[in-house]
Amino acid sequence: MNNIPQNVSPNASFAVTNPLLPLRAEDLSYAPDGLALLDKVSLQIAEGGISMILGPNGAGKSILMRILHGLIPASAGTVSWRGQTANREIRKRQAMVFQKPVLLRRSVTANLDHALNAAGVPRADRNRRATEALKEAGIAHLAARPARVLSGGEQQRLALARALSLQPDVLFLDEPTASLDPASTAAIEALVLAAERRGCKIVMISHDIHQARRLASEIIFMDRGRIAEQSAAAAFFEAPSSAAARDYLAGRLHLPNGA
Amino acid sequence: MQDFAESFSLAFQLIFSADADLAEIVLLSLKVSLSATMCACMIGMSLGAAIAIFRFPGRGVLLVLTNALMGLPPVVVGLAIYMLLSNAGPFGTFQLLYSPTAMIIAQTVLVTPIATALTRQVIADLHTEYDEQLRSLALGPFATLTTLLWDGRFSLITVALAGFGRAVAEVGAVIIVGGNINHVTRVMTTAIALETSKGDLALALALGLILIGISISVNAALMALKGTARRFAYE
Repeated sequence: MNNIPQNVSPNASFAVTNPLLPLRAEDLSYAPDGLALLDKVSLQIAEGGISMILGPNGAGKSILMRILHGLIPASAGTVSWRGQTANREIRKRQAMVFQKPVLLRRSVTANLDHALNAAGVPRADRNRRATEALKEAGIAHLAARPARVLSGGEQQRLALARALSLQPDVLFLDEPTASLDPASTAAIEALVLAAERRGCKIVMISHDIHQARRLASEIIFMDRGRIAEQSAAAAFFEAPSSAAARDYLAGRLHLPNGA
Repeated sequence: MQDFAESFSLAFQLIFSADADLAEIVLLSLKVSLSATMCACMIGMSLGAAIAIFRFPGRGVLLVLTNALMGLPPVVVGLAIYMLLSNAGPFGTFQLLYSPTAMIIAQTVLVTPIATALTRQVIADLHTEYDEQLRSLALGPFATLTTLLWDGRFSLITVALAGFGRAVAEVGAVIIVGGNINHVTRVMTTAIALETSKGDLALALALGLILIGISISVNAALMALKGTARRFAYE
């Protein structure tokens, strides 16, 4: 039997202990067909705040996130959640939103209902939780529309509302605002901040340095399949300790393989 | 030419007068082909979806076999079913030969590979798109399967219609296992073959026109369905 405490209220204060954290990854490697995309990555993610994963394209950010969430198996290394290896129950207390939202060929409400049903939420509660999540995301008026006819910004808000309706303890976000306009980006960021205030740990990938400055409490900077540095956001932006991060922040082009 | 014109005229008379014999043949055809399509879809869609999302030993062989069986020659299927159902065969005790049930079995065998192969393609494409999201929700295999089948419903209806088209137009297998017995196993295609050989072009033409009408209706329904699905981005 797992010893994870039962569901934490979504309105719980920030001080409530997150039942999944700390998240520890040790010596994670990912090398499909011998090509090392992730090379002995070790990190610890503590509760509270937003951990932002930054780094150039091909640094291994998305792969790391997928391994942490359990979507792909690492070639080597371990991931543990408060000392426990991931299992189905632990996975159910996490959620992930992808860069390109994956929406089912159903109505907006049915998309939320499907996710809530998968999480084992009783039928009587599903409608209420879906309505609340859609209201919070500002798309309650679209509830009956087919999900896939929504605009890009609305689709991403729906994907986020679906993830948040599950009341996850940890939310993974893989560039959720990439290719969105400023208004949609602001709406997504507001939702993310609200979730974080409720005690949900956010682990987010972004290429937007301004967004990282606005949201992040911690930066995990990756370069060439490794973590170049992990530090408090203020310290990172003030004085990055790695040369790769300094180049990245300065906007200097950094081609792979030293080209 | 005069004979042909007279045959057409008689054929239309048969259709519009709702001739009892003609109606019986058409209804039996629909009953047999719809039943066979339903059976084939139940087997083929489950199998196709399973092949699409599960990895198991022999999957590759099954895949090749399914695709190859899409072009099964109906007369060979008819012969195989005949041998199985004849008195000397393993299922002879059921006395199914020359019955509508035998025809349903034959058409089911013909349509199942089509339903399997097309379903596999639909579900595999959908699975590629949904995979990470469904695994992120920690969905089990059965829930994944039902999600994909439901979300692929419009494409799967197309699969069913394609299967029905194959079944209702088939003649080789049903004439062998059904025997084309009047008022018992005579369906549109076998009746057309028989009446043409007898020179009764009127009934053959009437049945042919109805068969073409059914084919056009099926295609029209298919296009309307695709249009609806596309309009609501459900496809």
